[in-house]
Amino acid sequence: MLVVEKNSLTDEIEVLVEKYGKERSSLLPILQEIQRNHKYISDFAQQEIARLLDIHPVEVYSVITFYSFLNAKPKGRNIVRLCRTITCDLLGKENVVAAIERELGIKFGETTKDNRITLEYANCLGMCDQGPALLVNDKVYTELTPEKAVQILNSVR
Amino acid sequence: MENKNGLRAPVSQKPHVVPKPEDTSTIGGTVSIEINDVKYSVPLGTTILEACRENHIHIPTLCHHDDLCIAGVCRLCVVEVTGMRTLQASCAYPITAPIKIKTSTPMVRKARRHIIDLMLSEHHGECYSCVRNNNCELQALAKEYGVDCYNFGHVKESQYEIDDSSYSVVRDMDKCVLCKRCVRTCIDLQEVGVLEAINRGGETMISTFMDKQLADVICINCGQCINRCPTGALHEKDTSDDIWKAIDDHAKHVVIQTAPSPRAAIGEEFGLGAGHSMTYELNTALKRIGFDAVFDTNFTADLTIIEEGTELIIRLYKALIEKDKEVALPQFTSCSPGWVKYLEHFYPEYIPNLSSAKSPQQMFGALIKTFYADKVGVDAKDIVSVAVMPCSAKKFECNRPEMEDSGFKDVDYGLTTREMAKMIKEAGIHLPEMPKTHFDSPFGDASGAGLIFGATGGVMEAAIRTVVEFVTGNKTEDIFEKANILPLRGFEGIKYMEIPIGNNVGPVPDLIKHLVPDWNWLKGAVLKVAVAHGTANAKKIMEDIKRGGKFSECHFIEFMACPGGCIGGGGQPIPTTPEIRKKRAEAIYAEDESLEIRKSHDNPSIKKIYQEFLNEGPCSHLSHKLLHTHYKKRGRYIA
Repeated sequence: MLVVEKNSLTDEIEVLVEKYGKERSSLLPILQEIQRNHKYISDFAQQEIARLLDIHPVEVYSVITFYSFLNAKPKGRNIVRLCRTITCDLLGKENVVAAIERELGIKFGETTKDNRITLEYANCLGMCDQGPALLVNDKVYTELTPEKAVQILNSVR
Repeated sequence: MENKNGLRAPVSQKPHVVPKPEDTSTIGGTVSIEINDVKYSVPLGTTILEACRENHIHIPTLCHHDDLCIAGVCRLCVVEVTGMRTLQASCAYPITAPIKIKTSTPMVRKARRHIIDLMLSEHHGECYSCVRNNNCELQALAKEYGVDCYNFGHVKESQYEIDDSSYSVVRDMDKCVLCKRCVRTCIDLQEVGVLEAINRGGETMISTFMDKQLADVICINCGQCINRCPTGALHEKDTSDDIWKAIDDHAKHVVIQTAPSPRAAIGEEFGLGAGHSMTYELNTALKRIGFDAVFDTNFTADLTIIEEGTELIIRLYKALIEKDKEVALPQFTSCSPGWVKYLEHFYPEYIPNLSSAKSPQQMFGALIKTFYADKVGVDAKDIVSVAVMPCSAKKFECNRPEMEDSGFKDVDYGLTTREMAKMIKEAGIHLPEMPKTHFDSPFGDASGAGLIFGATGGVMEAAIRTVVEFVTGNKTEDIFEKANILPLRGFEGIKYMEIPIGNNVGPVPDLIKHLVPDWNWLKGAVLKVAVAHGTANAKKIMEDIKRGGKFSECHFIEFMACPGGCIGGGGQPIPTTPEIRKKRAEAIYAEDESLEIRKSHDNPSIKKIYQEFLNEGPCSHLSHKLLHTHYKKRGRYIA
């Protein structure tokens, strides 16, 4: 990471710490904002947050790994999460999985070569009456069929 | 649907309410309880676990440790509390009302057995090939609860790679039971913050920042995590095979130095209670194993006192008389390699405050491969120098590139007390039955001052015994009864003491005559010293110094990375608890009092070495070359 980038990241975190306070409890909102702005929380950002909140970097890392929506490593531009919970499973999730993997040429947990899409499983999205359900970034798609899923993926840039 | 209590929430989701005392004036009082139908009276706020232990009722635990905060994660200590729907974790249940407890019901036994079975289902590794074989808390529990089959299966293949990147600590996560003792040790007790639980649910594991190897993160190698690990998931990097090889090679001259703390603790590995000093028995055992010479690290501890004490006097003289603004005060001790690395990482700007004197281990290493090699006529390259230390960080210290001042690696191997005990057992020796032998010449004698280095406050006490005599010309015994400086003893996290010099100063002793002309400049001065043990306490002092608080006015501060000092070191026998540390310290202080020579400068071997070898005196050119070192600004950024 370039020095200029590092400095601007530090400035950004300093503003966030100013905004949310130096308490331990400010950790989550700060992480969420960094995640929103940068799509991931780099190891440098984690250490800066730790320094400014006076906690240990490993504690920041521990929190990030606990939550699925916080990433310590960069992922694809779009994150596609398919519900793997029992109702969606009964409603034909496996067919959707096969179609998606065939279409993108990657498995769940992987990112496409062009960095366009990262595929992940999610636990219950709360759409059990309309499964199988899919989350593209923060938009929910329901009642998926293999065809519909492929159509949705192709519209993602 | 409403349940019988008229609440909408189903019974399973009703929160448990720990009853509060009805009458708050009873706080500090006692409460009567029943454990297994027997009545007891316990202080209000006692946990069920404490109450049971106090009354000799055994409750199994894995995550509980006397040094650490309550976690309540392993759930092995569950008991039945009458009126409670579920089992309660006894370690995390403070008694605030009269309750009835059952510690051994079918439900309790079944729950505990299930927990053990579940732990074993994910525990990979053979007991035979484990360092903790026969001293493993999980193994002991499996026996206690009669585990004769794996009810929930057993993992057949290794799931994690062993991390042996560090010189000191090896992590084998296949054996981890997620008790988080290491996490609480590293974050709460030591405030170093290397280890934390990462991920969630079934994927939870203990890891480092960004899953890096231990050698690449800020680990100070103190080994306190090893000392608290209930299984073999954390252990020191064993080098005993290399030492056997050296012993068996007749071309090699293998010498060993023993530090005071292992001698006060190694008996525990042979079934003795804590607090039995094995100094002279250990000498015999080491000779029988095949070491060519056995030396007492206390000798270089005495040397450290002279060098570090002289350095302090030079610093004070420069600051007070020559008004040199560059001089860094307070001076910090540098004997604890864990503390040194902690400072290099967390407070690199204070490196100038650190005494440049090496630790006793490293001083001895440099002398063995120069002075001693000459004396016995052995080529230094054929000498293998081993040190028995209570410490895992000593393994890192002897591998520092700056520790090669003799032209060779000054100390080849640092062994922990545990590894030493293992080697002795391997040689078929039962240590407590050994006859007593003295240390080998030419370093033979050591003083009690060197001995007490092992306990927190010991270095400071040893230094003061010498400095007071140097400056006032009076005997230390005239000021402190029996030369015991009691305010510096004990296990309080931070100790502070002021020693008024008074208006009567003595003549400058010959040893340092070339450095200061007289003591008149110290007339009426008050020497301020402090002692901290455990890096969490060290951090408190460092933050105070940063703020310009009381400790920034100190002249000399002793820091030890491990709680209790070296006697509680990360290489000491497992378990180490506050009670055991106390007994080990008592053993050291008792041995000190039994010695005739109890001040470093009274040690005849010290006088001799300054006449024969370091003849330009302390802090001179040669002593700087061999006995002093420099430090590295490491910082806390993890690349």
